[in-house]
Amino acid sequence: MWKLLQIELFKISRRPRTYIAFVAIAAIVFLIQFALKADGKSYIDLITRDIEESFIIDKEKALNGYFICFLLLNTLLVQVPVLVALIAGDSISGEANMGTLRLLVSKPISRTQLMLIKFLACFLFTVALLIWMAILALFGSMLIFGTDNMMVLKSTGATIIERGDVFWRYLAAFGYAILALTTVAALAFLLSVFAENSIGPIVATVCIVIVLTILSNLNVPMFDKTIRPWLFTTYMVGWKGFFYINYNDDGQTITGSVENWHAIKRGIFLLTGHIILFVGIAIWVFRKRDILS
Amino acid sequence: MKKTVKCMMILTTLLFVNSFIYAQDINALVQKVKAKIELVNDYEAKGKMKTNVAFLKVPIANVMVYFKKPNKLKIKNEKGFSFIPKGAVNINMNNILSNKFTVLDAGVDKIAGLAVRVVKLLPEDDNSDIVLSTLYIDEANALIKKSKTTTRDNGTYELEMSYGKFAAYGLPDKVIFSFNTKDYKLPKGVTFDFEDGTKQPKAEDKTKAKKAVPRLRLIIIV
Amino acid sequence: MAPIIEVNQLCKNFKELTAVSNLSFTVNEGDVYGFLGQNGAGKSTSIRMLLTLIAPTSGSINFFGKNLKNHRHEILRQVGAVIERPDLYKYLSAYDNLSIFAKMSEIKVSKSLIMNQLQMVDLADRAHSKVRTFSQGMKQRLGIAISLIHNPKVIILDEPTNGLDPQGIADMRNLILKLSREMGKTVVISSHLLSEIELVANRMLIIHKGKKMAEGVVSELLDPSKTIVQIETLNNNEAKGKLLLSKWAEFVQQNNGLLLLQMNKGDIPQLTIDLVAMNIPVLSIQPRHSLEDYFISLTNPNAHVEAFAN
Repeated sequence: MWKLLQIELFKISRRPRTYIAFVAIAAIVFLIQFALKADGKSYIDLITRDIEESFIIDKEKALNGYFICFLLLNTLLVQVPVLVALIAGDSISGEANMGTLRLLVSKPISRTQLMLIKFLACFLFTVALLIWMAILALFGSMLIFGTDNMMVLKSTGATIIERGDVFWRYLAAFGYAILALTTVAALAFLLSVFAENSIGPIVATVCIVIVLTILSNLNVPMFDKTIRPWLFTTYMVGWKGFFYINYNDDGQTITGSVENWHAIKRGIFLLTGHIILFVGIAIWVFRKRDILS
Repeated sequence: MKKTVKCMMILTTLLFVNSFIYAQDINALVQKVKAKIELVNDYEAKGKMKTNVAFLKVPIANVMVYFKKPNKLKIKNEKGFSFIPKGAVNINMNNILSNKFTVLDAGVDKIAGLAVRVVKLLPEDDNSDIVLSTLYIDEANALIKKSKTTTRDNGTYELEMSYGKFAAYGLPDKVIFSFNTKDYKLPKGVTFDFEDGTKQPKAEDKTKAKKAVPRLRLIIIV
Repeated sequence: MAPIIEVNQLCKNFKELTAVSNLSFTVNEGDVYGFLGQNGAGKSTSIRMLLTLIAPTSGSINFFGKNLKNHRHEILRQVGAVIERPDLYKYLSAYDNLSIFAKMSEIKVSKSLIMNQLQMVDLADRAHSKVRTFSQGMKQRLGIAISLIHNPKVIILDEPTNGLDPQGIADMRNLILKLSREMGKTVVISSHLLSEIELVANRMLIIHKGKKMAEGVVSELLDPSKTIVQIETLNNNEAKGKLLLSKWAEFVQQNNGLLLLQMNKGDIPQLTIDLVAMNIPVLSIQPRHSLEDYFISLTNPNAHVEAFAN
C-alpha cells in the first residue's frame, strides 16, 4: 500500500500542473501581503469605517499578521477549490486520457485499492497545499507584520481575540480547511471516474461548487431549513467558526471559547459524510466500470 | 439609527476627603468642582476596559489612561490592539469645564439614593461642538456623579462616575460611559460569514435584546 | 501441452450491442496465439476481458486452471500486456515509467533490472529521456519492456503493430518470435493486420461480429488447395474463354474483369505450361492465398473481388 502511494505521489510530484497550485497560492499571498504592507491602512479604513465613527483604531496594530492571515484565508479558500480540483479531477480521467488507466487496472492491484490510493494521494496533495498556505499566509504574515490581538469582522459586528488566543484557532482552522478542501477533492475525484479527459471533471467540480455556494449564501427562507444545512458548501467557510469567539452576557469575549461549536461539529460531520459518500460512490462506480478508453 | 453606548471607568481610591458644603451658589459649586479637577496636572492610571456594544465582542482590555492639563486624555492598550471609544477621550470633564459657559440651575435629583444638584452648562462659544452639558453634582463632596453632554455632530454622551481613592482630586475610579454609535455595516464583499442556520438561539436573542441598550464599559483600576 | 488460458462461452453485451457472443477458445503453453478480427469484431473487448478491464456478461475465463474472477491478483502477476497503443506517462522518463509499473507488479525492482530491460528493447541510451520525446516505435518497445519486466508467463499484445513503420513492424515481429522461441513465453496477439499474425502465430482464432468464425493451427487453416491465383493477360476475356474449355474450367472464379482461379498452389507450374500451350499471352501470375484472404473470405464471402480490385 505504501509503495503504491509512493508511486502516486511520485507521479503527482512530477507533473508541472501540480506546481501551478503552489505558485498560484504564493503569488496571491505575496501580492496581498505586499499591497497591505504598502497601503494596508486604507484597507483598514474601508472595512472599519463604521466602527471608526465611535472608536479609535490603531491601524498599525490592527494590521498584524493574524489579521492578515485571516484576510488571506478568506480570499484563498475561495480559490483553492479550483486548485484542488485541478489535481483531483485529473486523478482517474487523466489516466484514462493518457491511456495508462488500462495498464494500471490490468496490474495485480484491486480497483478498490487503486482508488483508495489515488484518493489518498489527492488528500495528501490538499494537505501539502494547506501547509504551504500556512507557511506563507500565517507564518509569513506573522514574520512580516508581527502579532497582536486579532480583529475579526463579521457582517453583524466586530470581535477582538487576544493575541495568545489566536494561534490554536489557526491550527484548528487549517485542519478544518483540509477537511473542507478534501470534500472538493472527493467531488472532483468522483467526477473524474466518469470522464476520459480531465477538463470535464475540473470544470464540473468548479461549477458545482459555485452553484452550491450560491445556494448556501442565498438567504431564501425556504432553503434555510431544507437545503442549506445539508450542502457541503455551507460548511466550506466553517473554518471561520473558530474565529467567532463566544462572549458572556456583558458582551465580553471568553478566552479560548468558540461561539458555535455545534455548527463546527456539524460541519465536520457533514463534510466527512460527503467525503465518504463521494469516494464511496467513486469506488463503487469504478469497480463496476468497464475500462474502454 | 443611533445607539447609546455606555462607558464605565473605575479608579481605586487612595484618599478620602470628607468635606461638607451646604447650600451654595450654583456657579460657586461648579467652580469648586472645576477647581478640584484642576488640582490634577497630569496623571497616569492603569485600568481595565470593558466594552459592551451589540456589534462589538471584545475581551476586557488592560489599558493605560494618560491625562495632561488642560484637557488632553489618552487611553492606550499597551499590550495590544483594541477599540478605544472616541467619546471617552474627547468628552471628558476637563474638556467640558475648561471652556467658558453659562450655568443654569436645574434643581435637584437623586442618583442611587443620593441627592444631587442638577446644573446645565451652556457653552458661550457658538461654534463649540458641545451644545449642552447637564451635570449631576454631589454637593457635599463637590463631585460630578453623572453628566449628559449633547454634541452638535455626535449625539449625546452620558457619564456615570463612582468615586473612591481619588475623590479629593475629582477623579472617579469607575466611569460608565454611554454614547451614540452609528449602526454597524460591513462593506459588501469583505466577508462571507459562516452560518449554517443552526446558530444557537441564545446568541441571537442576546444580541437582539442588547440592541435596545448597547453599552460600552470602561473600567480603570490603578 | 497444458492449457494456459481457457475461455468458455464468453459473452459481453453493451446495452443493446452484443460485442462478444459465446466465445470459447484455449491457448496452450508456448503458443503464439493469433487473435484475428476486423476493427470492431470484438477482439479488443475479448482481450480486455482477459485482463479484467471489462467484466464479462457471462462465461468464464481461466488462467493456469484457475478462475480469473476469483484469482485475479494471483493471475495478473503472471500476465504482461500491451493494450492497443502503449500509453505511458509522457512526463516521466522511460526509466521512471518502467520502474512504476514494475513496482505495481509486486516485484523487487533494482536499477540493473530496469536497465537490462531497457537494453533488451534497445532503449538503454534513452533511459532518462521523457517519453513525450519518443517515437511511436520507441513507445511500443517501452510498452513491451513494461509488459515483460515482471517476467510474466503470459504476454498479451493487443494490436502491437498499430502505428508502426515497416521497420518497427519487422522489429516487433522478431521480438514476438524471440519471446516465444527463446524465452518460452505464451503470447496472445491480436491484430487486424493479419499478414503479421500469419508470420508469427502458430494457432489462431478468427472473430467476426463477436463470434468465433474459426480456430485452429495456422498451417491447417491455411489450406494450400484454396490458393487464389490471379492471372493477368493481354485479353482476360479471351483467356477466360480458353480456360473454361480446358481442364482448369472448374477452378475459374466468377468475377468482373479479373481472371481468378482457386486452386492448389502446387499446380501453378502446370498452369503456366498450359497457358503457354493455349497461346494465352500472360503478363503475370500471382498466387494470393494469405491468411488475410482467408480471413476476408470467412468474414465476408463477397469481399474477394473488392480485395483484389484494390
